[in-house]
Amino acid sequence: MSITTAGPAAAPAAAAKVETPFQRFVSEFAASKLALFGLAVFTMIALIAIFAPWIAPQNPYDLAQLDIMDGRLEPGARSGDGTMTYWLGTDDQGRDMLSGIMYGLRISLTVGAGSALIACVVGASLGLLAAYAGGRTDSAIMRLVDLQLSFPAILAALMILAFLGKGILNVVIALVLVEWAYYARTVRGSALVERRREYIEAAHCLALPTRRIIFRHLLPNCLPPLIVVMTMQVARAIALEATLSFLGLGVPITEPSLGLLIANGYEYMLSGKYWISFYPGIALLITIVSINLVGDHLRDVLNPRLKK
Amino acid sequence: MIGFARAAGVAAISTVVLAGAAQAQTLTMAVGAPVTSIDPHYHNLSPNNAMADHIFDALTAFDPRARLTPGLAESWTPVDDSTWELRLRQGVRFHNGNDFTAEDVAFTLERVPNVPNSPSSFATFTRPIRSVEIVDPHTIRLRTDGPYPLLPTDLASVRILDRETHQNATTEDFNAGRAAIGTGPFRFVAYRPGDRVELERNDAYWGQKPAWQRVSYRIITNNAARTAALLAGDVEFIDQVPTTDIERLRGDQRLSISEVVSLRVIYLALDHMREDGSPFVADNDGRPMTRNPLKDLRVRQALSMAIDRQAIVSRVMQDSAIPAGQFLPPGSYSRIPDYEPPRPDPERARRLLAEAGYPQGFRLTLHGPNDRYTNDARIIQAIGQMWTRIGVRTTVEAQPWTTFIARAGRQEFSAFLVGWGSASGEASSPLRALVASFDRERGWGASNRGRYSNPELDRVLEAALRELDDEKREKLLQEATRIAMDDVAIIPIHNQKNVWAMRRGLEHTARADELTRAQDVRPAAAR
Amino acid sequence: MTVFLLRRLLQAIGVVFAMSVLVFIGVYAIGDPVEILISPDADQIERERAIEALGLNLPLWRQYLVFLGNALQGDLGRSFVFNEPALQLILQRMPATLELAFGAMFIAILLGLPLGLYAGLRPNSIGSKVIMAGSILGFSLPTFWVGLMLIMVFAVQLGWLPSTGRGETVEVLGMRWSFLTWNGLQHLLMPAFNLALFKISLVIRLTRAGVRETVLMDYVKFARAKGLSPSRVTFVHVFKNILIPVVTVVGLELGSTIAFSVVTESVFAWPGMGKLIIDSINVLDRPVIVAYLMMIVLMFITINLIVDVTYSVLDPRVRLESKA
Repeated sequence: MSITTAGPAAAPAAAAKVETPFQRFVSEFAASKLALFGLAVFTMIALIAIFAPWIAPQNPYDLAQLDIMDGRLEPGARSGDGTMTYWLGTDDQGRDMLSGIMYGLRISLTVGAGSALIACVVGASLGLLAAYAGGRTDSAIMRLVDLQLSFPAILAALMILAFLGKGILNVVIALVLVEWAYYARTVRGSALVERRREYIEAAHCLALPTRRIIFRHLLPNCLPPLIVVMTMQVARAIALEATLSFLGLGVPITEPSLGLLIANGYEYMLSGKYWISFYPGIALLITIVSINLVGDHLRDVLNPRLKK
Repeated sequence: MIGFARAAGVAAISTVVLAGAAQAQTLTMAVGAPVTSIDPHYHNLSPNNAMADHIFDALTAFDPRARLTPGLAESWTPVDDSTWELRLRQGVRFHNGNDFTAEDVAFTLERVPNVPNSPSSFATFTRPIRSVEIVDPHTIRLRTDGPYPLLPTDLASVRILDRETHQNATTEDFNAGRAAIGTGPFRFVAYRPGDRVELERNDAYWGQKPAWQRVSYRIITNNAARTAALLAGDVEFIDQVPTTDIERLRGDQRLSISEVVSLRVIYLALDHMREDGSPFVADNDGRPMTRNPLKDLRVRQALSMAIDRQAIVSRVMQDSAIPAGQFLPPGSYSRIPDYEPPRPDPERARRLLAEAGYPQGFRLTLHGPNDRYTNDARIIQAIGQMWTRIGVRTTVEAQPWTTFIARAGRQEFSAFLVGWGSASGEASSPLRALVASFDRERGWGASNRGRYSNPELDRVLEAALRELDDEKREKLLQEATRIAMDDVAIIPIHNQKNVWAMRRGLEHTARADELTRAQDVRPAAAR
Repeated sequence: MTVFLLRRLLQAIGVVFAMSVLVFIGVYAIGDPVEILISPDADQIERERAIEALGLNLPLWRQYLVFLGNALQGDLGRSFVFNEPALQLILQRMPATLELAFGAMFIAILLGLPLGLYAGLRPNSIGSKVIMAGSILGFSLPTFWVGLMLIMVFAVQLGWLPSTGRGETVEVLGMRWSFLTWNGLQHLLMPAFNLALFKISLVIRLTRAGVRETVLMDYVKFARAKGLSPSRVTFVHVFKNILIPVVTVVGLELGSTIAFSVVTESVFAWPGMGKLIIDSINVLDRPVIVAYLMMIVLMFITINLIVDVTYSVLDPRVRLESKA
């Protein structure tokens, strides 16, 4: 992660001590206790998600392990055959909520981070290209953005469902399709301003290759707004997946994500069976807050204009 | 309003009393399915038919138990094998004062198949009629090709319009209110698509007058929001109470519930079409199979026997359904009286699978919608659990009705969940549509998506549809039903209950046909 | 400039055209409207009649040509479900969505700006951290869930606000508006707030980021050095500067708010365009979907055009492409 090295504006001459940019980045990041805390929480969540199959009390995706006679049990209840305790209760299918949340984290993180990352790469590249190339290319890309922004996520998801069938990968594709335009627009906006700046002109004068100018000079200076969008979009992607699940277009029902667990339990909110959607909601909240604690601080650290 | 009343002091008391009295005359109700047209002949769709019942009348009508009763026709008798004679009610007037006569019936029968752009017309109900003969202003004869016992039943779906008023009326004229004129218990006031219909009482109604001076018929499609609107007191009556909320609403002192077992059966359809392998059936290693196990009666019996219907009813449906072993619920015409749903018996199911040559079972994907029937996605998951236990490793896939039904109609699935509401209240409707051999000319098997075919069943059904004697016809329909069920043509799961909720102090006559109508709601008798 | 606008107009026509093709193919792939709309009781003959009545018996490209021919004469087709002109249906629902979207924007700015300003001026205070953490809630909880919670608390438990639906309307300029009546405003408040949640967080974040950058700028330091009062520095110098990006983004968000208030509208039974489009998608009412999306894509193009023109006026460094 040598993002800061490239930005000429980000490397002021003030670096008197002998310190690599990466070390400087680390020490600046560590200055915020809150961000460190966020990072620690997020690491823990990621570990739970990765190791869910080994630490979860039950495999919530295996229909043979579920029993509807154990459905909608309260937190702390024991299963009908007495072999296990449902610490966070069960949903309507008799699925252990604790295991469901652990596995659900896996899917939500994959879907959220995966789609945000792919959308970011695709969108940012197209946005940079549009701003740098201008002319016809710019018009073509930006009209495509217009088209995409006005296309409802629900219709896109339905079309993908019809073409490709149901599956986690297809949800990621749907989300990428919906999200890339936001990145493209953001990056193009800031790149348009940056490309008229003196340092780009200077790079042009030095006759540096185009690719180098785009990726080593233009991109780093467009990063701060991009990171703002990205940290919000990870959260938004997870929430959007929940909404798709709410509309019946999300991940398969037997492999619930956090969003699907919430959408499922939503119907039980009025009848007082709060745990079915409350605990997945809390898990989702903690995940997103921790991502944003890190993201917010990262943005401040990386923002050249906040350096005194 | 409250603030104003308080400020006005004593003078306000009379206002409040008056407001209270006026309120008792107004019913605010919320329904879950949108009314999309006021034209009673445009789109044959339950919510539209329920609305049409407020404004219009048909010649015959269904009572709450879905049995045929007189409507605008006082009586109907077969004159000969292919002629029905109907005696029409006298002194009935349309909302604009025009008299109702046999001319209007003839006009209506002519209009029904000719409504432009209709996505689902009522022509199915009028097609058997070959010719119409007006005997006198209040007697009409309808001729059919050969005996057609279902004609009076079919006519219950055809709402009568006025020849003078509706000569060139378009669907838009109905929606705008210009043509929304019938003989029904309510007059049309306003229609706002996706929001509400406003109605007022027809004081000149020929039948029992409704209890409400005004009705606000609101559309709240989101289940939780509808329940919340009732809890918040914004509406007094809701339909389609989600099963998840019933328990809570029952416990609420301010509310009461009404329910009835409906004519809708939820069932699994199976692939009967393919001999060699079915698209979503595979052996235990995931390889496609060379023969379709679902063609084997023993496999179908095993799958049906593996399902614990009582568990689904009590755990998934929270008792708003009853286990089903045939199409119709108890008390219906042409139901087989002592034909119980199969008892859950996983042991025997495993033995049957072994006898059929699948001792280790096989793999199967069970499809279903997730936005159509009550708890549809939950039911297929529960069935997936039960099938997996007998060795049929089941994957469950739920998708929105839009994509689901197109694929089911193209025979893309091996096993899938669907439902059937017998609009006519008897067994010929599901027999003809679901299990009779697919035959375009006869109009049979239109919803037979598994393409089940059994010549013997077709023969018995044919005889039943030609039998004018109600008792003999009932026997034949029962026999056809027995053939289909013994052969496990479909796997019935349960009959849904329709559930309504209202504020205490209201009384509702629950209807088996799922229609929600303001005339069925009354203030409760004084306690 | 004229050349630029003309070129944009041509591009707009191209995009609208592309959208209609895309929707035609998409809806065709998703399913068959007749399968969904037809009564289960209908037999095969009735099905064939319905397919023909809706013009779905022709091959897809012929259907499209029919549509195109009518569209060029200003007829975007009739809804399969309502049997009314699609455009008229959409326009009927527009006021409800417009007042919801503008209400949400108003709430977002009303709450977001001051909170963001505070968080930006005192980035290390406890209050600021609470605001920032709270703003995360705005975009992490699914809208449908928050919507139901709002109804549960404010309508069911406290009984302060009506639970769902649109209030009394008055007719102005031939359209029905509810924000002009007290009852209408009461109905509007909760759904508008629910829709505003994400925007509030966005405005808070943008304002805070802008303030933090601006207070370090030389002209602000200079204004302080001149001895201007802190409040004057904040509200005149800093505020003026951050308002431009905030207004830009909020303007852009307005587009997506109008286009996709789907979830809020269904939870609150709000009879707007979002409800119409989701209902139409559910039954594959193609004429309405096509007309709606063509309209929305035009709206986005217009908004983006305005943004581009404004940029060029505000920032001479961004020049409009007048030469290809």
